[in-house]
Amino acid sequence: MTDLNTLTIAEARDALRKGEATSVELTEACLKAIEGAGALNAFVHKTPEIAMEQAKAADARQSAEAPSLNGIPLGIKDLFCVKGVPSQAASAILDGFKPEYESTVTANLFGAGAVMLGKLNMDEFAMGSSNETSCYGNAVNPWKVDDRQLTPGGSSGGSAAAVAADLCLGATGTDTGGSIRQPAAFTGTVGIKPTYGRCSRWGVIAYASSLDQAGPMTKTVRDSAIMLQAMASHDVKDSTSVDLPVPDFEAMLTGDIRGKTIGIPKEYRLEGLSEEIDAVWTRGKEMLAEAGAKIVDISLPHTKYALPAYYVIAPAEASSNLARYDGVRYGHRAKLSAGDGIVEMYEKTRAEGFGHEVQRRIMVGTYVLSAGFYDAYYNRARKVRTLIKRDFEQAFAAGVDAILTPATPSSAFELGAMKDADPVQMYLQDVFTVTLNMAGLPGVSVPAGLDAQGLPLGLQLIGRPFQEGDLLNTAYALERAAGFVSKPSKWW
Amino acid sequence: MSIDKATAAKVAKLARIKVEEDALPALAEEFSTILGFIEQLNEVDVEGVEPMTSVTPQRLKRREDIVTEGDQQDKILKNAPDAREGFFAVPKVVE
Repeated sequence: MTDLNTLTIAEARDALRKGEATSVELTEACLKAIEGAGALNAFVHKTPEIAMEQAKAADARQSAEAPSLNGIPLGIKDLFCVKGVPSQAASAILDGFKPEYESTVTANLFGAGAVMLGKLNMDEFAMGSSNETSCYGNAVNPWKVDDRQLTPGGSSGGSAAAVAADLCLGATGTDTGGSIRQPAAFTGTVGIKPTYGRCSRWGVIAYASSLDQAGPMTKTVRDSAIMLQAMASHDVKDSTSVDLPVPDFEAMLTGDIRGKTIGIPKEYRLEGLSEEIDAVWTRGKEMLAEAGAKIVDISLPHTKYALPAYYVIAPAEASSNLARYDGVRYGHRAKLSAGDGIVEMYEKTRAEGFGHEVQRRIMVGTYVLSAGFYDAYYNRARKVRTLIKRDFEQAFAAGVDAILTPATPSSAFELGAMKDADPVQMYLQDVFTVTLNMAGLPGVSVPAGLDAQGLPLGLQLIGRPFQEGDLLNTAYALERAAGFVSKPSKWW
Repeated sequence: MSIDKATAAKVAKLARIKVEEDALPALAEEFSTILGFIEQLNEVDVEGVEPMTSVTPQRLKRREDIVTEGDQQDKILKNAPDAREGFFAVPKVVE
C-alpha cells in the first residue's frame, strides 16, 4: 500500500471502513511526515498526544455507520480556538493563550470523528498573502523549481503547505479576502470559501467579521465536499450563521454540468494579465464547454473597486475587533516602567505584541473610522460593496450558474520578493478573490495546470449564495477535465 | 491624500499603539500609499445607494435575555496576565 499520509480523505475513509488500515496507522504516518517536514514550518503547535488518543477512539468506533471523518487526521489553522491547545493567530500578542472553549467548526470536526495533528502556520491575524507576517516565521511552499524558497500563499499558508506536502489529509482554512483560495492555487490543492454564514465564526479569532469565513483545504474537490459538510452548521453562538439545512455535498458530485451556464467576466481580464494565466483561463473555459456547459461573456462593472473597498472595510473592522488585545484579559502584557499607567500599558503591549502589518491595518482602520472621515471612506466603501454584490446578483438573475476566473495573478513567488514593495503591491494578490468576500459568495480554487516554470496555477469558480453543492459539482467537472495529478518532489 | 507626521502620530495614539518618533515619517508614507489606493472609490457614483449592513439577507434572531453560560469566573480569568482575587488586575487608573 502507498504511504498512508498520501491518501485523500475519501480514500482513507474507505480504507478505514474496509479494515484495510487503522486510524492509528494513518495518524502515525502523518505524524512521521510532520516530523520530517520541519523545513516547511507548516505545523507550529504539534499535538501528537491528542492525535493518538483521538485515533484510538476512532478505531474503537469504526463501523459502516461511523461518522464521515472518523479517524481522518487533519491540521487546524492557528486561527481556530481549540480548548487547551495554544491558539494565537500567529501573533505574539496571544503568546501563551490556551482557550477555555472550542470553536464550533473544530467541535463539528471532532464530532465527525476527525483527528487533530496540530495547529498550522498562517499570516498574523490572517493579514497577509504570503505567510510572511507570522510570529512563527514563514511557512514554505513544498513546490520549488530552483534553489529559491517560495511562498505557499496566505493567509492560510501553513494549511496549504501541509496538505500539498501530504503532512495531513486535509486542513481548515479561513478566507477574508482570498486566504483559502490563493494558497490553494499556489500549492496545487483545492480550497473552498463557503457562502458567508455557512460555517459558524464562533471561536474563530476575528479579523474582519463581515468578511471572515472558514472552509476546507484539501487534495481533491470530493474531499472539500466531505470536509465542508462536517464543518458547516447553524450555530446560535454566531448570529450571522444561517439556519439552513446542510445538503449532502458529496452526493451532489455527479460531474454532470450539461446545460449549466458559466459566466466569464470581462473585467477580470486585467491589463497586463500574464499570458500563462490567460492561457489556463482559456483552457478552463474550453474544458467546461466540452463537458456540456454553455459559456457566456458577462460584465461585473464594479470589480475594480472591490480591492480598495476591502482595504477600507477590513481594516475598519479589524481596528474594532483587535481592540480587545490590551494586555488585560489574555496573552502578552508589556513590562512597564515606574510611573506607567494604563494607557502606557495598552500602547506598549500593542506595540510589542502586534507585528508591522497588523499595526498598519489597525491604524488605517482607525483613520477611516475617525471623525470627519467616516462618511468619506467607510460609508462610501459600504455603498460600493452594495454595488459589487448587485453586479453578481444581476449576473445570476440573467441565468448564470457559476463564474470562471483565474484564482491569482501569478504563480507562487519567492519568499522575501515583496519585502521592499509598498503594501499595495501585496494587496493586489487578492484582486480576483476579494470580490466574493465583499458579496458573501462561495468560491473554490481548483488546480488547473502548471506554468512554464512547473508551478501550479489555479482557477476560481464562483457560485450562487448557499449553492456550494452545485458549485463543487462544477469544480469536480473541471478537476476531472484538468486531470491535475502533479505533486511537489520532496526536498524537505 | 497625503498624511503628515502629526496625523500619523494622532492615529497611533487613537489606536493605542506606541510608535517611536523616528518611525513616524515611514508610517505616514505607508498610510499615504494605502489611502491613495483607496481614493479610487471616489470615481464610483454612489448616489442613492444604501450602504451594506448585512451581506446575507437575514434578520438577526432574537432570544430570551437570560444567562446561558454563566458562573465561569475561573475560566475567564485563566489566561489573564495578572488576575487577583477574582478580578483582572491593571496598573492604577485613579489617583
